[in-house]
Amino acid sequence: MNDFVIDVHDLRKSFGANIVVNRLNLQVESGEICGFLGANGSGKTTTIRMLCGLLSPDSGSGTCLGFDLMREPHRIRREVGYMTQRFSFYDDLTVAETLEFVASVYLLQDPRGTVAGIISRMELTPYADRLAGQLSGGWKQRLALAACVLHQPKLLLLDEPTAGVDAAARREFWDLIHDMASEGLTVLVSTHYMDEAERCKRIVYLSDGHIVTQGAPDDVRRAANLIVFEASGRGIDEAARALRRAPGVESAAVFGSTLRVAGTDREALSRTIAAHPQLAWQEVEPRLEDVFIHLLAERAA
Amino acid sequence: MNGFSFRRFAAVLRKEWIQVRRDPLTLRFIILLPLMQLFLFAYAINTNPKDLPTGVLSADHSNYERRVIAALQESGYYDTRAMKSEAEAERALAEGSVLFVVNIPPNFARSVDRGENPSILMDADASDPTAISYATAALSGLTNVLDRDLPPALKTATPNPAFNFEIHARYNPEQLTVLNTVPGLICVVLMFSTLFLTTLSITRERERGTMENLLAMPLRPMEVMLAKIVPYIVIGYIQVILIIATSALVFHLPIRGSLPLLLLALFFFIASNLVLGLTISTLAASQMQALQLAQFTLLPSFMLSGFMFPFAGMPFWAQWAGEIFPVTHMLRISRGVLLKGNNLAEILPQLWPIALFTLVVTMIGLWFYRETLD
Repeated sequence: MNDFVIDVHDLRKSFGANIVVNRLNLQVESGEICGFLGANGSGKTTTIRMLCGLLSPDSGSGTCLGFDLMREPHRIRREVGYMTQRFSFYDDLTVAETLEFVASVYLLQDPRGTVAGIISRMELTPYADRLAGQLSGGWKQRLALAACVLHQPKLLLLDEPTAGVDAAARREFWDLIHDMASEGLTVLVSTHYMDEAERCKRIVYLSDGHIVTQGAPDDVRRAANLIVFEASGRGIDEAARALRRAPGVESAAVFGSTLRVAGTDREALSRTIAAHPQLAWQEVEPRLEDVFIHLLAERAA
Repeated sequence: MNGFSFRRFAAVLRKEWIQVRRDPLTLRFIILLPLMQLFLFAYAINTNPKDLPTGVLSADHSNYERRVIAALQESGYYDTRAMKSEAEAERALAEGSVLFVVNIPPNFARSVDRGENPSILMDADASDPTAISYATAALSGLTNVLDRDLPPALKTATPNPAFNFEIHARYNPEQLTVLNTVPGLICVVLMFSTLFLTTLSITRERERGTMENLLAMPLRPMEVMLAKIVPYIVIGYIQVILIIATSALVFHLPIRGSLPLLLLALFFFIASNLVLGLTISTLAASQMQALQLAQFTLLPSFMLSGFMFPFAGMPFWAQWAGEIFPVTHMLRISRGVLLKGNNLAEILPQLWPIALFTLVVTMIGLWFYRETLD
């Protein structure tokens, strides 16, 4: 056994002719919050399901929590906490009933005590006797998180846990994730939100079942060697249209009142924006989003 | 993961029970469906149909003839009208516009006067035997209607009735009896109402996305399957009590054998249906498909059970296929215990095929129960 909580090599999974995960290598260290990013259909959910033993890989090797992915999926299933993308508990059970059900299935000692503990820790107390189906999106996700940490797993696999949740609830949810990680829990979490990606210690970007890039968010940004210029003022919409096809420009997009233009060729990009002197240009740090769009364009080329 | 855990089983069981209680539709289904079916199926048994359309073909217009027709009319069961020809009578019977044709033979009056004890042929549409059974039963009480008018010599001489009715049961010579129907009805109604209880249980979890979590948890297939069956056994018994009580009160079902013995046998029968439903549920991709599969199994077991058609009258292959289905055996047990007072030893030959069916279907269900999402 090594120090990696997740350590998989050459993982492959296809459904029919559709290769969903293709030669995926992934190492996640203990105590890390690892963000899983990528477009819809890039293989995030399939990878997570393989990591928790719900899908068997077509080929590849590796371990999850020290258990062999191919031979011991049932042991992995018992040890990880897995939160599904869609709320997958019962709408007609109350919060307390759901948690008691889960606690009993995991054969926890003192299920009632454990459930009472998690309910107060997750601040679910006012909702304990509410049917899960009547909870709002944010509280549903909180219930699901509570359910998947009840048995004190060492590894959490969270599949888009904050999809469709409002900003405040998302932030609180991530505070909880950070609290748990600080207690030694390893977390692999998929998301589409860039602000969430920034809160990860490490991010992994997937495209077509491949890892395109990975590392700390800052390193990922730096490694892309992307140059971004920003301008604001009148005429940015017209400029954006003109710049999209200009030499050296990979992307040009308007965000509110600012126009962001990105590319990797500094010289070409500088020349191009110089043709729009009516705008006040200024070089800025690339955002993760710029990087991912750049990487996708690069792969497509 | 080690073997069967009672605690895990109990956890799922509790969850299922809560869900059953909270689903008002299921509750209504549980109570109303069997009752509705019982009444729908038994409609013809309970209602004692009267004023049945009856054609009269008379070759002998006499006082006696008029008296017999009047007696038929007065019995309340027959609503007579004259038929012009045999062809017309035949057509009316075939079309269903009359259920009986009374054939008064030529020289009827003379034969009666001579003490020849002539027969009046009653052609009866027996395609629905329950519809005509009361009416035909009433005929035997009518054979003395001429006694008062007989010649004096005959009045004392003959112990025999002056004439007879000869019933010619058309279209359905078997004539299933009322007694035969209700015990079978119990089984059929129970089959319909219990099979659907579990048919949707796994597919529902799959369609709602809750299956993913159920699979992600350390549960054994056996624990899930058993927990999904047990609540419905309780419900199955609620239905049994409902059906038997209604049958006894409304349809005058006799209980000649041991009721506990029947309840014991019904345990196996209910279990076999629930297990079949659950296995269908694991095989089907969607709830819709599960329902279609359920109907696909219900129809032949219903048709070949001996409830619809007398078992002995079915072709060999149909009998062979019918023997597979639990309802066929339960039907015999039900009739045996309720009508003939059968004991355990007598129903055992019917009980083990139900148990075997349950076992085999359980194995199939467990075999196809996927522990992963593959």
